[in-house]
Amino acid sequence: MAVLRVNPTRMELTRLKKRLAVAVRGHKLLKDKRDEMVRRFMELIKGNKRLRESVEAELGVALRSFLGASLTMSPEDMEVALLYPSKRFKVHVAKNNIMSVDVPKIEYEELESNHSTYPYGMINTTGEMDVAVDRLAEALPGLIRLAELEKTCNMLADEIEKTRRRVNALEYVMIPQLEETIRYITMKLDENERGNLTRLMKMKELMKQAEG
Amino acid sequence: MKIGVIGDRQSVQGFAALSIDVYPATSERNIKRLINTLAKDRYAIIFITEQAASLVPETIEKYNTSPFPAIIPIPGNQGSMGVGQETIRRNVEKAIGTNIFFDE
Repeated sequence: MAVLRVNPTRMELTRLKKRLAVAVRGHKLLKDKRDEMVRRFMELIKGNKRLRESVEAELGVALRSFLGASLTMSPEDMEVALLYPSKRFKVHVAKNNIMSVDVPKIEYEELESNHSTYPYGMINTTGEMDVAVDRLAEALPGLIRLAELEKTCNMLADEIEKTRRRVNALEYVMIPQLEETIRYITMKLDENERGNLTRLMKMKELMKQAEG
Repeated sequence: MKIGVIGDRQSVQGFAALSIDVYPATSERNIKRLINTLAKDRYAIIFITEQAASLVPETIEKYNTSPFPAIIPIPGNQGSMGVGQETIRRNVEKAIGTNIFFDE
């Protein structure tokens, strides 16, 4: 590991020692953060996978029903029938904080609808259409939960990657570099000290010889 | 906040019945533009069919870092292409460095 390009002085040594202490503490904190985030991530991702599987299956059924419905109805009728929503809902969003990562929190609230189940008349639409709308409505809460969960996992994964990079940079670059430089300065200072001492001893000897 | 869905008309029109805003689009350019406009327009969730999502991976990537909008791939009416599962798998690899439960 390369030694930093600094002047080997006592002042620089104190400065580097302080930096090393900060780096070591930061490394420990970041490592703890990473471990906790990975633990949370593991909990969430399992649910995410399971939820996605079930939602995809539900949605697949619903969309196939729509395909079936569109076979028995004209595209225009279908469009008109869907113009007015059969189900109204409201989403409340907030931010949740997982280990200082802002993740979305999406709450879903169904609003009372004042009409019966289907917003269209019975003349131009078929039974397949009713079934399709019902199935899609059933899949919706799962879809919204999936959106929240998947986004959370996504952001967490990003943050974990970032934190891991920082931990590694500190562990394998910063800290060894600082330690090496501190050692280098200490040795240099010691060497100067010894050089000084020998010089003094030599001087003393010379002076003694000159006297005697 | 609103919820939108992007994809081919066949797959997404049904969502209108649930008062989700439907934006039919199939070309890469249109999808890109739609995502960008919706992201600015206070949409909390944008569902996008896997067919459409696979055309614009970079645009979706761009919104990965902010909590909103959440852009979520859903299977279209041609069935699942595995884009969603692939996203989960990538997340796991990114976070843990290895694949833990997709090796079946």
